[in-house]
Amino acid sequence: MPRLKLRPALLAGAIAMLGAAVHAEERYGIGRVATPAEIAGWNIDIGRDGSNLPPGSGSVERGRTVFAEQCVACHGDSGQGGVGDRLVGGQGTLASPKPIRTVGSYWPYAPTLFDYIRRAMPQNAPQSLSNEDVYAVSAYILSLNGIVPANAVLDAKSLAAVKMPNRDGFVSDPRPDVHNR
Amino acid sequence: MSEHTTDKRVREASRRRFLQAGAALAGGSAISGVAGSTALAEQGNNLPPSVPEWMKAPGDPMGSQPYGTPSVHEKGVVKNISKTLPQYISASGRTPLQELDGIITPNGLFYERHHGGVPTIDPAEHRLMLHGMVDRSLVFTMEDIRRFPSQSRIHFLECSGNPVYTKPYGKTASDLVGLLSCAEWTGVPLKTVLDEAGVQAGAKWIVAEGADAAALTRSIPIEKCLDDAMLVYSQNGERLRPQQGYPLRLLLPGFEGNMNVKWLRRLKVVAEPAYSREETSKYTDPMPDGTSREFTFYMEAKSIITRPSGGQKLTTHGFHEITGIAWSGHGKIKSVEISLDEGKSWQQAALQEPVLTRALTRFRLPWHWDGTPAVIQSRAIDETGYVQPTLAELVAVRGLNSFYHNNAIWPWRIDANGEVTNAQA
Repeated sequence: MPRLKLRPALLAGAIAMLGAAVHAEERYGIGRVATPAEIAGWNIDIGRDGSNLPPGSGSVERGRTVFAEQCVACHGDSGQGGVGDRLVGGQGTLASPKPIRTVGSYWPYAPTLFDYIRRAMPQNAPQSLSNEDVYAVSAYILSLNGIVPANAVLDAKSLAAVKMPNRDGFVSDPRPDVHNR
Repeated sequence: MSEHTTDKRVREASRRRFLQAGAALAGGSAISGVAGSTALAEQGNNLPPSVPEWMKAPGDPMGSQPYGTPSVHEKGVVKNISKTLPQYISASGRTPLQELDGIITPNGLFYERHHGGVPTIDPAEHRLMLHGMVDRSLVFTMEDIRRFPSQSRIHFLECSGNPVYTKPYGKTASDLVGLLSCAEWTGVPLKTVLDEAGVQAGAKWIVAEGADAAALTRSIPIEKCLDDAMLVYSQNGERLRPQQGYPLRLLLPGFEGNMNVKWLRRLKVVAEPAYSREETSKYTDPMPDGTSREFTFYMEAKSIITRPSGGQKLTTHGFHEITGIAWSGHGKIKSVEISLDEGKSWQQAALQEPVLTRALTRFRLPWHWDGTPAVIQSRAIDETGYVQPTLAELVAVRGLNSFYHNNAIWPWRIDANGEVTNAQA
């Protein structure tokens, strides 16, 4: 086993690098420890329960302005879609022959909206909006869908408390589902 | 069709007409040996008995192409990219499957799908961060990653929206299932790197994130991460192309393409999935009852005949080899069956060795076309015994609102003139 040959050099290197390394003899000692600041800068994913949402808040009213400046070019004046996805409407259509999948009709968890807007939107300048503006534009899109009121102000707690209409609409993979032999 | 391809086909057609004429002279009996028995000669300065022009002067010197490219006569063999996409930042381009032989896709023709364009990443400044439910959160440079014991394996990669369920259906094999390619991948098993950090009890998923403008995020079950998942830095012997995730990507053999996160910058070990936009609002499959399937990871068994296939033309009666590719996210292809009579009867195709797990498998069947119209199709059976379904069988279960994981049989219709078209269109 090649690891046995590596072990003496590894042990010294790994212990020096990692401090109290319990299983140093099973490792290669490659890589270095990530600092808390490094992790904080990159650890941007938000749980469906709102875990890891940052401090701050944003209003539907502020969101209307942000949306007009940053989003309408692709998603339309009222979120009806264009080059970008339709964001509004479609509730009650998922079982019809022409389902309309939007944030309002399809997305199961509201914190995902914050996660996605912050990481990927606007498409020409992702990760450029302040956390406050991401809360605001999330609130605005939810209000366009009638999910939060027009005077709503969302923060980590209230965004996580939003119950999306299609939250319980997903099922696990049943395949193989075609039994043809 | 490109001008070049047209030229090539015209030349090919003229050659075949010659062979056919020979066959007629010889009484139309057997095709073999006919060419040698005819006195008909082709006309052309580069054809026998003349000496071709490319033999009368030296060719290009060494070094005229520091990185080699295909012959100028193959310039029509390029990725199949629609000219009418709504946008080209989040978009896909297809492999021209019907132009390729064997099972390995050339790197320049590998299918592409990206959600925020193709980033230009300096490998010296690229880092992989591994954190979450691990004993040690670690940061790796590309040099670090390449120090780990490496592996090379051949696997296919396929977008799960390949193709959609509704019309208009594609005209060519590439239009239909060209979001599919296969390569030899080199990298380090993800398990090796996870062991370096020490995965903690209770870890069930790993959230993978790309360093592109979409910061694309997918959640991978820990079982897959500890099984055959790889961190890949090379493809077909050279470093990954930017379109394929340079300098580092995740490879999850048999799982839908989107999960094989490119430009990989972060792996976070967690207890439950991220439920990211890509695994909730996209890459989920709406059913007729209004529910949607989520976490539909595996690509089920599938095959397609690439020659003869849509857009091509048989210009002569007689011998033709039927060939195509088969693959399954569940393992090896056990067999491929071909029907020449609209699905009434099926016969075994020969499988080209090596038949590898979760890789393309090339199949072939010798065929004598007598000129009567025919509908030909292939179906794959994988080592689990799963049989590739018809589109009707899939739609009967999933309806027409579904978007992903269409692994239906695609029959080709050959008319009396030899024109090949999509029989479902």
